Amino acid sequence: MSDTALRHRLAERGVDRQLLLLVPGLACVLALFVYPFAYGIGLSFQPASGGVLGAYRAFFTDAYQRDTIATTLGLALPAAILNVAASVPIAYLMRGRFRGKRFLTTILVVPITLGTVLTAEGLLNYLGPTGWFNRALMSIGVIDEPVRLTNNYWGVFFSLVITGFPFAFLLILSYLSGIDPTLERAAATLGAGRWQRFSRITLPLLAPGLATTFCLTFVLAFSVFPSAVLVGDPAGSTRVVSIAAYHAAYEAYDYPLGSAIAVIMGVVELVVVAVVLGLRSLFYTGSTGGKG
Amino acid sequence: MRRLTVGAWLVWGAVAFFLINLAALIGAVVVNSVGRRWFDTWLPQGWTTHWYASAWKEFGLLQVLVVTLEVALLVVAISVLVGVPASYVLARRSFPGRRLVYLLFLLPILMPPITYGIPLATVLYKYGFAGHLAGVVLANLVPSIPFVILTMTPFIEQIDQSVERAARMCGARTWQIFARILAPLLVPGILAASILVLVRTVGMFELTFLTAGPDSQTLVVALYYSMSAAGIRAQQSVDAMAVLYTSSMLVLLVAALRFVNPTQLVARVKDEPD
Repeated sequence: MSDTALRHRLAERGVDRQLLLLVPGLACVLALFVYPFAYGIGLSFQPASGGVLGAYRAFFTDAYQRDTIATTLGLALPAAILNVAASVPIAYLMRGRFRGKRFLTTILVVPITLGTVLTAEGLLNYLGPTGWFNRALMSIGVIDEPVRLTNNYWGVFFSLVITGFPFAFLLILSYLSGIDPTLERAAATLGAGRWQRFSRITLPLLAPGLATTFCLTFVLAFSVFPSAVLVGDPAGSTRVVSIAAYHAAYEAYDYPLGSAIAVIMGVVELVVVAVVLGLRSLFYTGSTGGKG
Repeated sequence: MRRLTVGAWLVWGAVAFFLINLAALIGAVVVNSVGRRWFDTWLPQGWTTHWYASAWKEFGLLQVLVVTLEVALLVVAISVLVGVPASYVLARRSFPGRRLVYLLFLLPILMPPITYGIPLATVLYKYGFAGHLAGVVLANLVPSIPFVILTMTPFIEQIDQSVERAARMCGARTWQIFARILAPLLVPGILAASILVLVRTVGMFELTFLTAGPDSQTLVVALYYSMSAAGIRAQQSVDAMAVLYTSSMLVLLVAALRFVNPTQLVARVKDEPD
């Protein structure tokens, strides 16, 4: 077969030289993501002692290490659920056009710019024992002693809400504005009330977007590291799995254990994402009626 | 004006509560960064700009800012150059294995940075990249290239294919189509993607933290070190730096929002013209 004929046959199936444009991007992802990941998985099976699964056994038999998974999930799941659940009603009220919509959106998105350190410093200053929050509550007589809200679970939780909410809100707002508003108007002419329109029309159409948003917010919250150290209790109640991985790899120099923890972390995260996406497929999947 | 229902009042009340606390949180840091001594009172005992000066001097802030800028610009330039062509192919063509390629580009965004950051840093140390600017840039490319690809896809889909076909009829080659037809039409999209990648890179903690050496710390990482090594640096000085960081990020974000309508990032629906 001649060279030209082969090229024509390939072109019919959609393979031609234009695909070469993908090569630099693919090369980067393969070299910087797939190869290191495979290398890490390989490394995790070569611990100094304990055979092939030694690093994994070391992780799961040590309660101090094993419990980090529960700690992380205990922080990340409620934070992600709260971020998504709070975004839905706010975004729902912000559909359509009104004066100051862009301004309000910008204000709600500002926390993205705060960064972990300013959020951490702010939480320590504001919610600390002598901070404005406790001071205000004490001066109106709600409490007698300062409430402890930093250097424990709540500090990290607030930090996750502050940094995660803007992302969840932006995504939900954009999914909601992708739903054709005439569907709801049609329901209204058929006599559906406010709640019925929301629960029978909008919510089912929004479900796939909710699932995606939840996954992305969960990934953000699940990889919590700096705020768990700065506003949390990194040796105790907020020792999350990324701290464990970091300690193993860079303070104990046990690279196999560090890689094993990273792999475990990835697996746990993918399991949660898979469960959520599995639930999503039970709902309506199809066009949301958006134009464009 | 529509009448608001009870539910709407509750929601707006919650938003207001959140925003008030947020403002107080930011305010506490700003006040602390210009305060003299602040222990058990509502406001500090005096005011000073001394902490900003000391943050700038003691901290070598200039060098940190230069590094941050270098890393961010290199990451933006490389990820746009690599990402836009790939995004073009993924948006326009169907070919065997397209879904697999798409999944490969999606995975780095779906995984927490620490999970691939630790093995990536190990590999980068093995080849001697880590600890230098090159390592930081390479590590930050991992989420940035997929991000450019995902952000650019809707912009590319918007361009009428007949424009390209007409150019091809007139004898333009692929690179000419890119340089003379697509690039000018894609400028808004490229700007949007660049600014978003810039914001993400400047704010990216984990990957930079794992791969940076003493001379290649970006602002976030430097801030983290100065805060976690408590007692070495005055807290007000850290606050002053955090305020500088946030104000520069804010400028970037507001600039980004001028180019991208944030509500159209996922589903592109035109606002109703009424």
